[in-house]
Amino acid sequence: MMNKNTLIALGLASAISFGASNAALAADPHAPLPPRLKWTFSGPFGHYDKQQLQRGFKVYREVCQACHSLKLVAFRTLGQAGALGFTEGQIKTLAGEYQITDGPNDRGEMFQRPGRPSDYFPPIFANEQAARATHNGALPVDLSVIAKARTYEVGFPGFLIDIVRQYQENGVDYLHALLTGYENPPAGEQLTPTQFWNKYFPGNRISMRPPLEDKRVEYTDGSPQTVDQYARDVTAFLMWAAEPHLDQRKRIGFQVMIFLIVFAGLAYFTKKKVWASAH
Amino acid sequence: MSGPSNFKPKSAFLQWTERRLPILGLMHSSFVAYPTPRNLNYWWTFGGILSFCLGVQIITGIVLAMHYTPTVVGAFDSVEHIMRDVNFGWLLRYVHANGASMFFIAVYIHIFRGFYYGSYKEPREILWILGVIIFLLMMATAFMGYVLPWGQMSFWGATVITNLFSAIPGIGPKVVEFLWGGYSVDQPTLQRFFSLHYLLPFMIAGVVVLHIWALHEVGQNNPAGIDVKSDKDVVAFTPYATAKDNFAMVCFMIFFAWFVFYIPNYLGHADNYIPANPLQTPTHIVPEWYFLPFYAILRAIPSKLGGVIAMFASIAVLAFLPWLDRAKTRSAKYRPLFKQFFWIFVICCIGLGWLGAKPAEGGYVIASRILTAYYFIHFFVILPLLSYYEKPSPVPASIAESVLGNQPLAPAKVKGSR
Amino acid sequence: MAKSTTMNGDQPTRRDFLYIATGAMGAVGAAAAAWPLIHQMNPDASVQALASAEVDLSPVQEGQIITVKWRGKPVFIAHRTKKEIEEAKATPLRDLPDPQPDDARVKKGKEQWLVLVGVCTHLGCVPLGHQGDYKGFFCPCHGSHYDTSGRIRKGPAPLNLEVPPYEFASDTMVRIG
Repeated sequence: MMNKNTLIALGLASAISFGASNAALAADPHAPLPPRLKWTFSGPFGHYDKQQLQRGFKVYREVCQACHSLKLVAFRTLGQAGALGFTEGQIKTLAGEYQITDGPNDRGEMFQRPGRPSDYFPPIFANEQAARATHNGALPVDLSVIAKARTYEVGFPGFLIDIVRQYQENGVDYLHALLTGYENPPAGEQLTPTQFWNKYFPGNRISMRPPLEDKRVEYTDGSPQTVDQYARDVTAFLMWAAEPHLDQRKRIGFQVMIFLIVFAGLAYFTKKKVWASAH
Repeated sequence: MSGPSNFKPKSAFLQWTERRLPILGLMHSSFVAYPTPRNLNYWWTFGGILSFCLGVQIITGIVLAMHYTPTVVGAFDSVEHIMRDVNFGWLLRYVHANGASMFFIAVYIHIFRGFYYGSYKEPREILWILGVIIFLLMMATAFMGYVLPWGQMSFWGATVITNLFSAIPGIGPKVVEFLWGGYSVDQPTLQRFFSLHYLLPFMIAGVVVLHIWALHEVGQNNPAGIDVKSDKDVVAFTPYATAKDNFAMVCFMIFFAWFVFYIPNYLGHADNYIPANPLQTPTHIVPEWYFLPFYAILRAIPSKLGGVIAMFASIAVLAFLPWLDRAKTRSAKYRPLFKQFFWIFVICCIGLGWLGAKPAEGGYVIASRILTAYYFIHFFVILPLLSYYEKPSPVPASIAESVLGNQPLAPAKVKGSR
Repeated sequence: MAKSTTMNGDQPTRRDFLYIATGAMGAVGAAAAAWPLIHQMNPDASVQALASAEVDLSPVQEGQIITVKWRGKPVFIAHRTKKEIEEAKATPLRDLPDPQPDDARVKKGKEQWLVLVGVCTHLGCVPLGHQGDYKGFFCPCHGSHYDTSGRIRKGPAPLNLEVPPYEFASDTMVRIG
């Protein structure tokens, strides 16, 4: 009979293919796997921790922002539901601290003005060439969707289990690992002065200097001022930047699931009743 | 779609319209009175599920097109605009993106169900070939849709797949320039892909109508693989099949929603969240999961033209299946040898899918070649030979007997809903 | 569901309830699923947050009307002459189809500045300045005449030209929106 066996086989088939296609992204099969961390936003009831996002945003502003832009994120979104919980006034003040290029004005010239909530985080460099020129040829990437643009390979059967336990935090795991993964190169490995050794970076040679160090950013809520904590917080913030509607998605998802399960139950008994008369 | 109907509406107004446009009668005969074999199991519900998938893709697609910008500078950002600003934009995009995968999951189950129960055999050849055409159109649509977000995988997937046509001797390079509208994948390519991605689903819908028409002309196959002989063998489509399809569809929606709401990016590639960069190829490019078996066949052949031919042949061969497998017995239930080879073939396809995602090197290449060879051997050697040498087990005299004879509650007790 | 009567069964009530519940649930689900498909057409978050426009008034001469864009629409900023202000103030309210005194349409102490959304209240065309029977605004599409306060006087338009929300950031700087 083409019943359970088929189901399992086809399920495995599709699952293996999915996992394999994702798996293909890890460039270096010898790199260690990033450790999986506990994230408040993982799982069916996951949601962002406002305090953590605010701390992460502070780290972004005081460290990452020197080189990395966030150009798809608008200031106004910092205050929307499931975000950092900033008030309208706070967002206005914050936006005003950035200079936005606007124009042309009546004389046909572009000009600088303070940001408004409807503006987006401005680019750090005028263009890609300018960015590379100041970074020895390396390009500091935009961080707007970075948390979804990175991942690592999960072998068999882990990637199947991830479907069931809804684990989709590979991107943030990797980012945290990268930020904390700097170390001295193994004996015999030569680095140029603009390269650094990172055990999680594909190929290990990374052009970004270790960005974090203990006590570099001041926390006012008593959280530990360590590289590990900074990395967790800024990564959580970047996850929010990449997926600002995650809270809403999971909340609606739960409602949809409850609805569908009840509906499936009703549909099942309806089907049974209908077919009862066929025998 | 199954002949003249004796349907007569009660109200005088509807009788008036019905004499002029018998659409209610058509609906009634196609989806209410239409007789379905009473022994259909849950594998037969995927036809309805596929219609649902097509509907979801068309509706969400039309809506997304209201916000999407098909330009190389604006496409990536417009998708992010949908994700961030458009009301429920994230939901619509995730449904559409995951909907493509759901569509293929359902269509593969549908196809393998056809393999197993011999649904391609006489008199259902045209029905089957229409299905192969739908499958091809689906692949084209999915491929072009994946290009639209203009991420790295979009760009390089488009480059690699369009370059397949450069293998055509002599005119290949010209054909590729024609497809691109330039000398590389660029603005003209993106814009025409958007246009065609919008068009093709409606062509699919058209062929689906033909597919259902042909189905209703010849009647459904069934797990016993024997023809309907009397009224005792069938039940009315409504309420029996509708109630069953409905339950299966809701279960499918649960599976669908699981991906959309909880792991919406699981089936995609992280690299596609990096904007397209024509100067840098991602280190390892792979197509979406549903193309992987064919991609493995492409790479297994150590010749450019040969690989392309093998890949297209692996799809085209499906259309010839009714004439490759000449066995009179349809259902694998009564074909002990065929049943075993069916499962080997399933494993072969899974293996090809797995290899399609692996780098083309070392043992993977050898394995791909073995499985590719087996794929074609299955169609060109095993099936024809089985047709002549296999001794089928006896089939039941009628569908009613197969259901009611020894297991009084068979249809309701069939396991394996998903 | 009517067809339930054609089936045999000993508990018609319970069965009918089941069918109705299933059908109702399906209908509710379909309606809920339709909402995102409809709501996506409403102005999105980026549109709603569209910036206010700031305009420097210092180059605008007396008697001149400039047009600026705000929320995709034209906004007229008229630097009115003494005569125009007098005319606007002197018009009796009973002569107006949409009665509104001039000082309700300008900021106190800034009566020379008239700020209007430049969209005819008839069917959305852009009126022309310093034209028409009242030398205010005239809509060429269907012949609506507005006075020097932007109030409708003659023609098919039902309402006065809309005054957008605005404030003076300084004597020569106005912020619309």
